[in-house]
Amino acid sequence: MSLRGPGPAAIRPPGVVGYIPPVTWTPRPLPPVADLHRRMYGIRRFEETLLEMFSKGLLVGTTHTCIGQEADAVGVIDHLDPARDLVVSNHRCHGHFLAFTGDRLGLLAEVMGRTAGVSGGRGGSQHLCAPNFYTNGIQGSIVPLTTGMALAQKREGAGGIATVFIGDGTLGQGVVYECLNMASLWELPLLIVVEDNLYAQTTPRALAVAGSVPARAEAFGVAAELITTTDVRQIHAAAGRGVEHIRATGAPYLLGIETYRLAAHSKGDDTRDPAEIEGRREQDPLAVTASLLDPDERTRIESACEEDLARTVELAHAAPVAGVAA
Amino acid sequence: MGTEAAPVRRCVEVINAALHDAFERHEGVHLIGEDLLDPYGGAFQASKGLSTRWPDRVITTPISEASLVGIAAGMAIRGLRPIVEIMFGDFIALSLDQVVNGVSKFREMYDDQVTVPLVVRTPMGGRRGYGPTHSQSLEKMLVGVPNIRVVATSEIHDLHALVSACVDDDEPVFLIENKVMYGRPMRRPAGGRLDGFAVRETAGPYPALTLSGNDFGPAEATIVAYGGMVPLAMEAATRLIVEEELFCEVVALSSLLPMDLEPVLESVRRSGALITAEEGTLTLGVGAEIAARVQEAAFGELRAPVRRVAAGDGIIPSAPGLETDHLPGVDDLIGAVTTLAGAPGAVW
Repeated sequence: MSLRGPGPAAIRPPGVVGYIPPVTWTPRPLPPVADLHRRMYGIRRFEETLLEMFSKGLLVGTTHTCIGQEADAVGVIDHLDPARDLVVSNHRCHGHFLAFTGDRLGLLAEVMGRTAGVSGGRGGSQHLCAPNFYTNGIQGSIVPLTTGMALAQKREGAGGIATVFIGDGTLGQGVVYECLNMASLWELPLLIVVEDNLYAQTTPRALAVAGSVPARAEAFGVAAELITTTDVRQIHAAAGRGVEHIRATGAPYLLGIETYRLAAHSKGDDTRDPAEIEGRREQDPLAVTASLLDPDERTRIESACEEDLARTVELAHAAPVAGVAA
Repeated sequence: MGTEAAPVRRCVEVINAALHDAFERHEGVHLIGEDLLDPYGGAFQASKGLSTRWPDRVITTPISEASLVGIAAGMAIRGLRPIVEIMFGDFIALSLDQVVNGVSKFREMYDDQVTVPLVVRTPMGGRRGYGPTHSQSLEKMLVGVPNIRVVATSEIHDLHALVSACVDDDEPVFLIENKVMYGRPMRRPAGGRLDGFAVRETAGPYPALTLSGNDFGPAEATIVAYGGMVPLAMEAATRLIVEEELFCEVVALSSLLPMDLEPVLESVRRSGALITAEEGTLTLGVGAEIAARVQEAAFGELRAPVRRVAAGDGIIPSAPGLETDHLPGVDDLIGAVTTLAGAPGAVW
């Protein structure tokens, strides 16, 4: 039994800090690159489709696309079991949602305000709900939520883990550290993935994040790793180490991924130097996988995805509008 | 209703027994908060004995109120029934993001795919000399948040039933426990009477009690109160009978949100005048909402504007004399009623 944390073990609630026997689990092997490319391309084109629809006036409200960060969603979520693991995400959640559920139509209908949307049109782009998947647009607040869900999973004893995706901007919220503390004290199966895309909206990381991100977790006794890559293979490997750590020990883990957002924060609000963004296109995660694929295979994958997306758009347009406008 | 005198128990003991009962009834019930473990059992001892009987279901936490309600929401969405104890109601301000942007929204914004059956219990109220940041009645901030339930305890409510109803509720419930009440005996009507008043109690999980000094005959005014103002309203009504021969009805609410004012309207139909009583500050208080609703629903039956008795819009001072001056008391209620007695159309 682990005795991390202060105070004599005798006064600690044994059920909370006690050890739940780990389930048998072996890290998932890397899927074929073609498969990873297909998933990431699907996310990319979905996000680009939303931006196109906004520019044509077909969508109202806002969206936060994950263009450039698709490898994080695909690489991490491949290790999760949708039947027993859960994911909580933030405002930039479409990639996570699609990687976890594959439900393009449910998401598009939601963003379009259709009754067929995953939240019936009530939630919109940043308030999605599906089995074992939840998002909220308030920075930081999702970390306590996920911590409580991890506690419930520990109680349930089925070996499920709770993953929360946050960004570098969210590191400014105090509740993140309250929860690192409690998740460590209570040994909760919590995976915190920090997608550090170097900007909190327009604020560069250098103006908002002091010190080291993994050291912040390690200060609470939470194991952590930081990787700087947009290569889905490396992200998959690192996430596998984190998930394996949680499944083996029951204790939390923080995975930091230094990545880059290739599109605006939301629709068109980008104050970054265009040259900087251009320079980053070499590390586009899709360019990485595309370079590893046979050109014909790549074309087949991408064409199939385009066809599927076009059908999805048609179906979503045909779905009933939620509310008075119907 | 039985006529045998029940053994006298302090309100905090009844709440504690109801919590033990809730732990027995639901395996999913967990208590989460600060300083909960025995032998302390919570700052007001409402949680005593729970950690000894259910060590794995009582989770004592660091001082992290900003997270606790969110953690409970996560537990509740995933099928548990967490009860959060916020040590002093003042500290709920730290939790408000989770209340406003999470707990109150999840069910509706996720299209009814989830429920959030959690209870946040917290003591509110002054008159104990704890000063500006440990004495407030902040429930009006919660009453302004749609999609939650706000319930107030009083010493004349069936507290065991009230706590049980909160735990059994599938909606998030904020249970406001008055601090002075904790140490006082719970007093329940017997044979439809309590302290010389005739009592009517509504049905349902969150009842209101209406008390009348003259068997629901003509009344001078209705005083609607909750929490720690209930015994003060009863004392005011008693003194008005003895000293002024004025009969008032007292309506003691337990559900502040949603606000069901039917018992108040029914009483106002007999009295023609309404005084709201609350310990929180006056502006945008619970009484303001009650006044607006009653005037919308029964303007023609009121012979005078609704009067609000509340604390002044300032801090609750520490020194006992200053605190007493600041908080609304029995004399303020009596003053409000006697002012109304001179209003046109008064029955007396």
